[in-house]
Amino acid sequence: MSDPTLSLRRSLLYVPGNMPSMLQNIPVFNCDTVFIDLEDAVPLNEKDAARSLVSKFVASYKNRNKEVFIRINALDTEWGYDDLLSVLPSLPDGIRLPKADTPEIVERLDTMLTEMEETLGLEIGTFKIIPSIESAMGVINSIKIARCSSRVIALAFGAEDFTADMEIERTKKGAELFSARTRVLWAAKAAGIQAVDTIFADVGDMDSFRTEVELVKRLGFTGKSLVNPRQVDVVHEVFAPKPEEIEYAKQVIEAIIRAREMGTGVIALNGKMIDAPVVKRAARVIKTAVSQGLLDYELDDEVIYGAK
Amino acid sequence: MEIQSKARAGTMQSSDVVVFVEPADQLTIEIESTVLKQFEHLIRQRIEQQLATLEVTRGLIRVSDRGALDYAIDARIETAVRRSMEG
Repeated sequence: MSDPTLSLRRSLLYVPGNMPSMLQNIPVFNCDTVFIDLEDAVPLNEKDAARSLVSKFVASYKNRNKEVFIRINALDTEWGYDDLLSVLPSLPDGIRLPKADTPEIVERLDTMLTEMEETLGLEIGTFKIIPSIESAMGVINSIKIARCSSRVIALAFGAEDFTADMEIERTKKGAELFSARTRVLWAAKAAGIQAVDTIFADVGDMDSFRTEVELVKRLGFTGKSLVNPRQVDVVHEVFAPKPEEIEYAKQVIEAIIRAREMGTGVIALNGKMIDAPVVKRAARVIKTAVSQGLLDYELDDEVIYGAK
Repeated sequence: MEIQSKARAGTMQSSDVVVFVEPADQLTIEIESTVLKQFEHLIRQRIEQQLATLEVTRGLIRVSDRGALDYAIDARIETAVRRSMEG
């Protein structure tokens, strides 16, 4: 995946780390990203076993058809660092970091990843980070967290831990989450990275789930963490671009190609200025449409960024 | 590595395998599997390879297989052996 800020990451599915039957299904799940979980889904006395199983599974998962992130245990636990040592040689795309309450915690992970990249002979910055914003402090610090490392490609809001931290109930309508969600969104958008919404735990209640996905899409989230493969299709349906959005995106791409031919990076389309951010947004719409079979279109990075 | 005490790893879920290890003077591998007839030789080969990788040359290894793939066999053997060294 060439540019992680542009890759399609709508559906991010948790998979428990100590279950071979689930791990083996990862290649056939239709989500964009998996979070293989070494944290909450693994009992304390199985942390060592899950670590070994996950690293061997990821190493054996060739020809990957989706992004692979590992949710490690928090860095202030006795398992977090060993999780990294064990799983990074299998080359996941990145780490989902729980309890990312401060930029310092994320910077610590950044340093560890750099050391591991040096040891493994990888380019610095290979491993990405998705911090989980799941406490009052995390929400307050989310603006700094979003900008503290170039590895941070998205912020993921975690409502279950957040409501526990706030000592409040999580409701299906989610009014209690509104301010926190908005702040995480602003932080991500201001930093130019993706905002990923929290899980919805009641797998049986697909109507409330869909309502929540529609809400967070309207707010500006572009991805959602999921607990069950059954939830993936709903996210893809709700996040699918509308025909007029696709048509406009195609016009934008054609306009910027014309602009580049004229030697400029900016051009007007129907009286509106088209420049890099508009092109990037159009590219995302097109990639989403292509991935869902709504459009047949070849788009290479040179069109999006211009030739060097 | 040396198996120093009784230890186990793995679960009885499908696609998993339970591995029991205990100290012994010789290397013995006992396999019980839902797919024993077709795959015993392959399972045994995989276990032997993984023990060789871990430099385990003796011990009693008992394996109860529920259709585990190679990576899961490797991981459960590794975990059981490591646990036997910590216990």
